[in-house]
Amino acid sequence: MTPALRPLLPACAAALLLASASACAGQGRLLATGGATQIEGSAGGGIVPWAVLSGYGTDKQSGGAAFYTRVETGDYALDAYGASFTVANRVELSFARQSFDLGELQRRLALPWDALEQDIYGAKVRVAGDLVYTRLPQVSVGIQHKRLRDGTLPLAIGARDDRGTDAYVSASKLFLDAAGGYQLLLNATLRSTNANQTGLLGFGGDQRASRSWVWEGSAAVLLDPRLAVGVEYRQKPDNLGFAREDDWRDVFIAWFPNKHVAVVGAWADLGSIATLERQRGSYVSVQWSF
Amino acid sequence: MTSKRITIALLLACMLAIAGCASAPPRDDALYQELGGRSGIEALVETLLFRVSDDPRIAHHFADVDIIHLNDRLVEFICVEAGGPCAYTGKPMAAAHKHVTIGEADFNALVENLMGAMDARKLPRTTQNHLLHRLAALQRQVVRRGPPPPEAPLVPQP
Repeated sequence: MTPALRPLLPACAAALLLASASACAGQGRLLATGGATQIEGSAGGGIVPWAVLSGYGTDKQSGGAAFYTRVETGDYALDAYGASFTVANRVELSFARQSFDLGELQRRLALPWDALEQDIYGAKVRVAGDLVYTRLPQVSVGIQHKRLRDGTLPLAIGARDDRGTDAYVSASKLFLDAAGGYQLLLNATLRSTNANQTGLLGFGGDQRASRSWVWEGSAAVLLDPRLAVGVEYRQKPDNLGFAREDDWRDVFIAWFPNKHVAVVGAWADLGSIATLERQRGSYVSVQWSF
Repeated sequence: MTSKRITIALLLACMLAIAGCASAPPRDDALYQELGGRSGIEALVETLLFRVSDDPRIAHHFADVDIIHLNDRLVEFICVEAGGPCAYTGKPMAAAHKHVTIGEADFNALVENLMGAMDARKLPRTTQNHLLHRLAALQRQVVRRGPPPPEAPLVPQP
């Protein structure tokens, strides 16, 4: 085994523990079918979880991915990183940590915190279909359990809780011969959530305490097996009285040079965040798959 | 508000489902022409089989196969799928693979070799996608999880 492969050993050991997988770190799925990693750590696009599972393992293989993402909107910055592990293209377990740099808001309000951090534990199960080969879309259900590392500020501004759990169902389908002869990926996600700004501003609020159903969608055209361009939309609840929360959207380009690396660049419009309007800016994500 | 959101989500789900069923068989020989006719398909299959025989992931599946026979049947099969003036004289795909266990990874490896062969033949991206779309349905006929059923012959019949 070459030195470069040694970091894989713990992952392979975990694979053997999690399931009697006949092979570790399999790469039997087609390029890009593991997607990228969205900001909450699940396989997907940039802001939307898809029905695909991370890594490139087939029904008899295991795999996963690690990622780092940075979003800069001028007033704020979000760093997210984490890893996921997928068993037999059936179950994906993920962990992500988000650090939201309060930037301009901290300066304006002289806040004693410079960042909000949350941990996200994710699980996703593929319940039906195959992204490429079945007529019906690949369908997965998942949860994202989120815990703020320090909920003092969100609770002070009206949030009901410093932890919460999103549940979602996603349907994803790759059309091999669509969009003018190019491949087209469509994804639709329905999510039940009470998270404010994905949870960074807590869960539930003075304006609305209960959960909301929100929808999220992605569409991407594959110009090449290695290159996709697309758009995403993510509806959001609006629970807090002190500040409006807007839906998110982005346009992205994703490059998959091989089955180990993916790089995503995007332009994101995150609307109003905690009273600061027009939060728009760059999104960059790198993913390492095994 | 909530019901509107659910309606939108259901609409999206329906769109996905409908689009998934909107694959009709070819009614003309456009793809056959795009592939360069019979000679283009023969060149593509030759390139594909060379690549497959060099691919350690799946070459063993073809070790005991009559490669000339396979080549001829593959040319016929792709020709028919592309709407060309050919007749496929081989066995149905499911029956032809009854004696072997083809996994998802094996099938995808073949697809990757086909994509590589199409790149090597410099076929346009849209032509490649047309052919991949035509052949994708084979996955469900060929891939099987378990071992061959006991009544299946151990070696392929000529």
